[in-house]
Amino acid sequence: MATVENLPSADTERPIGFGRLKRKEDARFIRGKGTYLDDIRLPGMVYGALLRSPYAHARIVSIDTSRALAHPNVAAVVTAKDLETLGLAWMPTISYDTQAVLAGDKVRFQGQEVAFVIATDEYSANDALELIDVEYEPLPAIVNARKALDADAPLIRDDKIGQRDNLASPTWEAGDEAATDRAFAEADTVVVRDIIYPRCHPAPLETCGMIADFNPQTGQLDIWNGNQAPHAHRTVYAHVAGLAEHMIRIRCSDIGGGFGNKVPVYPGYVCAIAGSIVAGVPVKWVENRSENLMSTGFARDYIMHGEICSKDGKITGLRADVIADHGAFDSTAQPTKFPAGFFHIVCGSYDLEGAHVKVKAVYTNKAPGGVAYRCSFRITEAVYLVERMVDALALEMEVDPIELRMSSFIAPEQFPYVTTTGWTYDSGNYAETMRVAMDIAGYEDLRREQAEKRARGELMGIGVCFFTEGVGAGPRKHMDILGLAMNDGADLRVHPSGKAVVSISAQTQGQGHETTFAQIVAEELGIPPEDVEVRHGDTDRSPYGLGTYGSRSTPVSGAAVAVVSRKVRDKARLIAATMLEARPEDLAWEKGRWYVKGDPDKGALIEDIAIRAYSGEPMPAGMEGGLDAQVIYDPPNLTYPYGAYIAVVDIDPDTAQVTIRRFIAVDDCGVRINPMIVDGQIHGGLAEGVGIALMEVITFDEEGNCLNSSFMDYLIPTALECPDFELGATVTPCPHHPLGAKGVGESPNVGSPPAIVNAVIDALHQTHGVDHIDMPCTPARVWAAMQGRPEPPQ
Amino acid sequence: MQVSITINDEQVSRDVEPRQLLVHFIRDTPGLTGTHWGCDTSNCGACVVLMDGKPVKSCTTLAVMCEGHEIRTVESLEVDGRLDPVQMGFHERHALQCGFCTPGMLMTARALLDENPDPTEHEIRTAISGAICRCTGYKNIVSAIRWAAEYEAAKQEV
Amino acid sequence: MQTPAPFEYERATSVEGAIASLQRLGPEARIIAGGHSLLPMMKLRLANPEHLIDINDLTELAFIREQDGEIRIGALTRHVDLLKSELLAEQFPLFRDAEQVIADPVVRNRGTIGGSLCQADAAEDLSAVCSAVKARAVIRGAEGERVVEMENFHLGPYMTAVGDGEMLTEVRLPLRAGAGSAHEKVERRAGDWAIAAASAALWIDGGTISDAGVALSAVGLTTIHLSRAEELLRGQAPSEELFAQAGAIASEDCSPGADGRGPIDYKRHLAGVLTTRALRRAATRALHQEA
Repeated sequence: MATVENLPSADTERPIGFGRLKRKEDARFIRGKGTYLDDIRLPGMVYGALLRSPYAHARIVSIDTSRALAHPNVAAVVTAKDLETLGLAWMPTISYDTQAVLAGDKVRFQGQEVAFVIATDEYSANDALELIDVEYEPLPAIVNARKALDADAPLIRDDKIGQRDNLASPTWEAGDEAATDRAFAEADTVVVRDIIYPRCHPAPLETCGMIADFNPQTGQLDIWNGNQAPHAHRTVYAHVAGLAEHMIRIRCSDIGGGFGNKVPVYPGYVCAIAGSIVAGVPVKWVENRSENLMSTGFARDYIMHGEICSKDGKITGLRADVIADHGAFDSTAQPTKFPAGFFHIVCGSYDLEGAHVKVKAVYTNKAPGGVAYRCSFRITEAVYLVERMVDALALEMEVDPIELRMSSFIAPEQFPYVTTTGWTYDSGNYAETMRVAMDIAGYEDLRREQAEKRARGELMGIGVCFFTEGVGAGPRKHMDILGLAMNDGADLRVHPSGKAVVSISAQTQGQGHETTFAQIVAEELGIPPEDVEVRHGDTDRSPYGLGTYGSRSTPVSGAAVAVVSRKVRDKARLIAATMLEARPEDLAWEKGRWYVKGDPDKGALIEDIAIRAYSGEPMPAGMEGGLDAQVIYDPPNLTYPYGAYIAVVDIDPDTAQVTIRRFIAVDDCGVRINPMIVDGQIHGGLAEGVGIALMEVITFDEEGNCLNSSFMDYLIPTALECPDFELGATVTPCPHHPLGAKGVGESPNVGSPPAIVNAVIDALHQTHGVDHIDMPCTPARVWAAMQGRPEPPQ
Repeated sequence: MQVSITINDEQVSRDVEPRQLLVHFIRDTPGLTGTHWGCDTSNCGACVVLMDGKPVKSCTTLAVMCEGHEIRTVESLEVDGRLDPVQMGFHERHALQCGFCTPGMLMTARALLDENPDPTEHEIRTAISGAICRCTGYKNIVSAIRWAAEYEAAKQEV
Repeated sequence: MQTPAPFEYERATSVEGAIASLQRLGPEARIIAGGHSLLPMMKLRLANPEHLIDINDLTELAFIREQDGEIRIGALTRHVDLLKSELLAEQFPLFRDAEQVIADPVVRNRGTIGGSLCQADAAEDLSAVCSAVKARAVIRGAEGERVVEMENFHLGPYMTAVGDGEMLTEVRLPLRAGAGSAHEKVERRAGDWAIAAASAALWIDGGTISDAGVALSAVGLTTIHLSRAEELLRGQAPSEELFAQAGAIASEDCSPGADGRGPIDYKRHLAGVLTTRALRRAATRALHQEA
């Protein structure tokens, strides 16, 4: 299959169903008429701002708010003491830990929330922050996760009864230790590496914020918020604020990017809600970029020890031992029984004899988080480890890295394949996808070019990554978040006009749901997408579900929409049978119409069936009027998209600057509802991978000062650093998904950093003996590696 | 102090503090929340508007500095129900996902094509290098601006 | 967003008026031109001037012209105009080299040469550029004008020879035959400050370097003027070996600090590499060998 290039559609090309359909939601965004959180102004609204700790670890001796309260435009200053009276000083996290909403006894990371100012305008609120006097008694800070469990490490979570050390989550294991030991014992090659996935940050272009509006007369709490899981948030607020859930309404504004950053409940949200409850007016809180980078959910920060082995040219075993840095509070977001998320998919795409993983998590004096940035619940970390280890093994075995993968892949006939760490991969033809990537890249030519360049002293590298990931969480029997099943709903209502509204649990932050979900209804019912309104983001007007992250929109909500559309179609069949005076089993379906088998001219269009459903004409016996249905979809399994990525880099031998010359990505995400949107998702994730591999990192000094708290120091790639991505696709439908689709949003983040780092090492191994480098591959770090001095991990 | 700024051909007059940033002045004007902000350090480009036809970062400009100058925001692109070719190009080529960087990108694109009607891919990437997009990976934005350039060239020839 | 603290604002209608205001208001008054150095600092509350004097209407300070054997650049000249100037590209191509990598194209529409030089960040590319081409800064005060050699202009981090009640109005670049120049920079990402940057200017007469200017950005507390390298180069014929020696001096004579952009040894290494590259290109241009 050649490179997929979405050609511009003709004016009249508007598929009814799957295909390259231009987006409905563009209409408002290209006019600047989106409604993002900070665009919303309500009458009487006041502004909140958070005072944050300059120290990573310190006792709070005193807080004097008198000067701030004296400011003419300040309405209130809230501290932990005030929140305690409301029972809101601490809140639960998704990982069953607690997190301070405002620090009372101690601050535990630089940037932690200490006081909340409410003022008449944003500028005054910012001014007032400088008028709050806090006296701190600094304490030694733990910044290095490797030292967090040292005997003399200061205790961070002395707020937790019985907590005697900085262990956040005890060692969690998966896999078959005995089989893994056997594989290593019998191996002919063993390679060991210490590999870090550094802390980085999703940094969506729109920061986080909320407007909370509590009406004391009615007891209704209205919330406007950009968050990826509105129903789950509502449940949390009901629990935390002691309000009835049905009296809370969350309306998600247009969201300027999520990438997992807008999954957690943040202290600013709780402060805005508390402020509104107390003040009785709407309170708006919007964080600035510094706050976003210093305090909201970061990503990764996994310190990994990997071991890999092979026998007779085939990979046979893998071990991983991980220290996870969770920051000062454990607010990682993943299904309950999986404290390391889906990290145990580190067994990868290979037919191993054994794999065994151990992960433990520690507290440090840094911002809380860890699961974010398109990580598929830690699959980014897992794939990074396994794909780096496979390359390290290939180096040791002196074989081509693609050849090693090809000889170790799970074969097509082995699916459904149960991995040694307990996953059941549903479908795959890995070698074919790998070959398509090699074809687009011109792999043989690249290797030839590399040899020629090497002879001239030029440094060129080719790096490969092949990943299998698991998305679409998930089956009720296997997983929940905070005890809530990870099922999504879909409500479909066809109106007498024949046009429809489908309400979904997913929450778009740019993924194009207003178009793609309309396309699913169109595919199943034949109603044109422009006549299908997709509703989401309003907890009063959408069915309960767990939202959008972990690439679950298509696998779960998409399936729900397909199933609910089929329910409507089945109802339509019965009505059509009555209309056509035929038996239902004598009818056949073509998109948009039921017709009599053997007499195709005799049929009923869906819009006519709709009219009938609402009319006074007879309905089938026992059936109610109307043409609608509801579904809660429980996925039977995750889905398993996969891909083959190839990166080509050039490295300046004197300055060590890395340029990504080409990036080839071939994804198999099953059936593609809208190839244009799928490709767009992949482009975006690849760019994020470029950032992570080359420049994005959150670092701290020894005192716990965050060194990357603005976009001057947290560097995000521009159009000049991103190559012209070359995409391909293979299609292996998911056997259990109603549409055969798998989900794709996170695959590019999963697959691109390992490909790029493998390429950098490939460029430097022969000439400079480099066999490992940690991200980000900045010029300084690459140069140090070239001198034989890999930087010690922080 | 009183300040009067021409925004999208209309005089907008208001009493503001000297420290009010242009981006806030614009966003406080009814109907003009299309100009966004995304950082504190003039890096992200979400706030780009045109000042006397040139793209500037409205978060790094004081409103009071703009009296006597012409500001154009994304809301000025569509005229009498007709979209600007850059808007059409972004829609055609799927150059937006969450839409947050889009107004800044559109204004940068408009100014680029006004000055250079036939930009190369490198010239386009350079022109938009002052704006960050987290969603699209830039490939479709480049393609959209080329689409608009070709559309405008074709219209010229007619 | 972070927002500045309150201040008073006035618009200057003449250079004299701006200077008079500076004198009257004292050190708590700052001039604002493009504002892309000052306003970000004010938003982060690292700078809190009480008065801003807006000089953007003083268009008489925006020019690039040849006059009296010099190229004269008004302090209010925007980066974008320095980038586009064919006059500068012909006589001092290192300006175009530098401007292509200073900040980003949108910032360049507003930022000025005066603002950059007076901000005096050690990583400022134009400071090294002006040092290498032996520029002279014209500073005006209530008592009149004085001219300061570039090597005496940058005194330390964020410190220049411009005193209280004074203003930079012009930068003058002496024109001499046989000139070639180049600016080389390495940054972590487009638009970032330099990890290190080198500016080089050579005047070649009859196959010999009659004069040389070499300066570095971002590898010291202020712009590093490599006088030892200039002494080495004067009187020599251009050669790869000579430029490598100059590069070695650059590595030794700079004093970089370790920070997020890189550790000390890498910055020293870059200073050397980029000095050599800049000299090589300057020589090629001086000898009109560059296509």
